[in-house]
Amino acid sequence: MDFDFTPEEQAFRAEVREFLAENLPPRAERGRGFMGEWLKQVRNRRWVGFSWPEEYGGGAGSLTEQAILKEEMALAGAPPLGTSFMGLAWVGPGIIQYGTDEQKQRFIPDILDSKVNWCTGYSEPNHGSDLAAIQTKAERVGDHYRVNGQKIWTTGAPWADWIILLTRTEFEVERKHDGITCLLVPMDSPGIEVRPIENMAGDRNFAEVFFTDVQVPVENRLGEEGKGWAVTISALANERSSIGEVTQMFAKLESLKNLVRSTTRQGKPAADDPAVRRRIAEFEAKIAAMKYNGLRYLTKQLRGEPLSSETSVNKLHRASLEIEMDDFALELTGLAGVQLPGSEDAVDGGRWARSSLGWPGVVIGGGTPNIQRNIIAERILGLPKD
Amino acid sequence: MDFGFSEEQNLLREQVLRFMTEACPLSVVRTQNGALPRELWRQAADLGWLALIVPEAYGGVGLKWIDLAVVLEETGRGLSPLPIISQALAATAIGRSAGDGVKGEWLPRIAAGEAVFGVGLYDDPTWIDPQGIRLEGVRTLTGAKRYVSDATAATHFLLATRTDDELNLVIVDANHATLTAQPGIDRTKPFGTATLDGVAPLAAFPISADDLAFLTDCGAVAVTLEAIGAAEAVLELTTEYANNRIQFDNPIGKYQGVKHRLADMFVDIESFKSLAYYAAWAIDEAPDELPRAASLAKAYASDAFARIGIDGVGLHGAIGFTAEYDAQLYLKRSKWVRSAFGDADYHYQRAAAIGGL
Ligand SMILES: Cc1cc2nc3c(=O)[nH]c(=O)nc-3n(C[C@H](O)[C@H](O)[C@H](O)COP(=O)(O)OP(=O)(O)OC[C@H]3O[C@@H](n4cnc5c(N)ncnc54)[C@H](O)[C@@H]3O)c2cc1C
Repeated sequence: MDFDFTPEEQAFRAEVREFLAENLPPRAERGRGFMGEWLKQVRNRRWVGFSWPEEYGGGAGSLTEQAILKEEMALAGAPPLGTSFMGLAWVGPGIIQYGTDEQKQRFIPDILDSKVNWCTGYSEPNHGSDLAAIQTKAERVGDHYRVNGQKIWTTGAPWADWIILLTRTEFEVERKHDGITCLLVPMDSPGIEVRPIENMAGDRNFAEVFFTDVQVPVENRLGEEGKGWAVTISALANERSSIGEVTQMFAKLESLKNLVRSTTRQGKPAADDPAVRRRIAEFEAKIAAMKYNGLRYLTKQLRGEPLSSETSVNKLHRASLEIEMDDFALELTGLAGVQLPGSEDAVDGGRWARSSLGWPGVVIGGGTPNIQRNIIAERILGLPKD
Repeated sequence: MDFGFSEEQNLLREQVLRFMTEACPLSVVRTQNGALPRELWRQAADLGWLALIVPEAYGGVGLKWIDLAVVLEETGRGLSPLPIISQALAATAIGRSAGDGVKGEWLPRIAAGEAVFGVGLYDDPTWIDPQGIRLEGVRTLTGAKRYVSDATAATHFLLATRTDDELNLVIVDANHATLTAQPGIDRTKPFGTATLDGVAPLAAFPISADDLAFLTDCGAVAVTLEAIGAAEAVLELTTEYANNRIQFDNPIGKYQGVKHRLADMFVDIESFKSLAYYAAWAIDEAPDELPRAASLAKAYASDAFARIGIDGVGLHGAIGFTAEYDAQLYLKRSKWVRSAFGDADYHYQRAAAIGGL
């Protein structure tokens, strides 16, 4: 065991830090042109898609270097390396793993250049947790598929250019996981209708997406026909390391500590309250555990062992921490805490109250806590299925 | 011993339930913007709910907080935006601490719903203590009172102030103050800041620290009573959904991850309900017991309802997160409940102290 990084890795960290010191102004000073300039610069350095193959425009960096990059970016409060969020997170990796050479040439550069936004069409009204049972139908007609059905909760659908779509090409199957086919579909295809759904925080980020006789050329199929479940599984597991995420959690913990420092409870400094101190330290223990879990899983990957269901551990921690930290901030500050942006008394501009309304995005989206627990119980512990 | 409601109280409950279902369903609640829903308020007054705890001598019905408990539980179930709690606190404070003149002038107007009260006690949102009251003066007032409950619905404010060593409650005409609405998470519980610039209150009277604590305890109990109904509504909504939503070929309620959580909700609701009923009874019948009873009830409910609010959304999956679905309205209420009149931390600490530690 060795927690030190190699000289090359340390040099890389120094390079990233230097770049950030020169090119990342404080948030308040980031003007209108900043984002475009930022995207161009990180792209030129090949830090976008840093661990992706060089031939498609990736950086060919090591997993460790990628972790370092993410950590430094998060520590500095840097904006994302690209605006094609889902493209970078799992559509791109899915295409690299399962796509044809032609698909890689066609889709990867646009993702890296933040030119194309992707959304993810997995969930259906009747199939959320039980994703493998999806019913959206794709029939092969000559050189294209004809798609009919409905997706829901599709984040980003109102503005996405493309959707990675899970369809069923075979209905008479023994295992529901068979007969699923993954298609890459332009959102402006005739027959696609998007109806945004408002969430409880008042945002309209996700949507219902209806497909009526939508024609998708066969060359837009990702992976083999009927083998789409494998593509999905790898896409879902493709959060390679959660280091960047953990760094953000550490940053959030720091903000929470600052809030504690500036708050009194019953006239006394909250920072002196043993109950408050215990909660804060408990958050820190969980976040630190997430960090070291992540490093352990990274090591596993570096040794060439595939990751499996253990990533559910950090997902569960993250889900409970997101809720508990926001709610702790609200409770700490009493009636001021429940005030929203726009209120004179709102705490930190209403940031905690706002964020406490957004957690289901993290907690429910991408598999609920119960499903994570089932994954651990069934796949790791070998317990029988319900 | 008889820990059950009377025939009259059960009839009252049915009446409130009918009102909430017919006149104030969630579809109506959703349209509220913090202003007083006048027609609903008039109906509540006609039904006698605003007069319930006002003594008969002052135009009231002369009943007790345990009767009002029935009303609050049912209005809470439907997330009623009516400022009944603030109104009841004003009636309680004036009835207990004001002189005959003030009572004679204000209690009948409260009972009739003609004066609509918003209440502002502590200026420090995390300090339930006379020291948490900062606004000074009694004859003329200059300054701000923050966290005035139901402020945007009120015609009058009942505000706590300090003068040298004395605490006072003053009644201010809402038109004499500048009100800034403060948008909060729960739109059915509007509050705001009342700014006063040399305002002469319409009435003023001193209040002892004990009476201030009593009033705060009444507030804590009232909020908890509403939370019973609200939590039961979440449980009902979620149970129904769990019976109908099919995943993996079964209703999700078949899975213990869902089923046991719903059962735990039931255990918690049963328990803070018992604590809250006892506390509501103690307000009139055993006031010495109130501090302990109120703190145990509010502390338990604050934590339990917060979890119920979160899981009520979470157990629905994504649909629970939508604006259109009702579960989220209860989640928002639970966040307000937790902080109103002292959170679990405050009340558990206090209960420990009362318990001799
Ligand atoms: C903010 C947000 C963004 C999203 N973005 C996307 C997106 O971009 N693309 C996309 O395809 N989907 C998206 N989703 C959908 C998300 O993947 C699903 O909501 C999630 O998988 C759960 O499915 P469901 O909502 O149908 O809930 P259901 O599957 O109906 O589950 C309801 C409840 O039952 C529980 N449950 C179900 N089965 C079991 C079991 N066997 N044992 C115990 N408990 C069980 C669940 O834990 C949950 O609490 C998003 C969701 C949210 C909230």
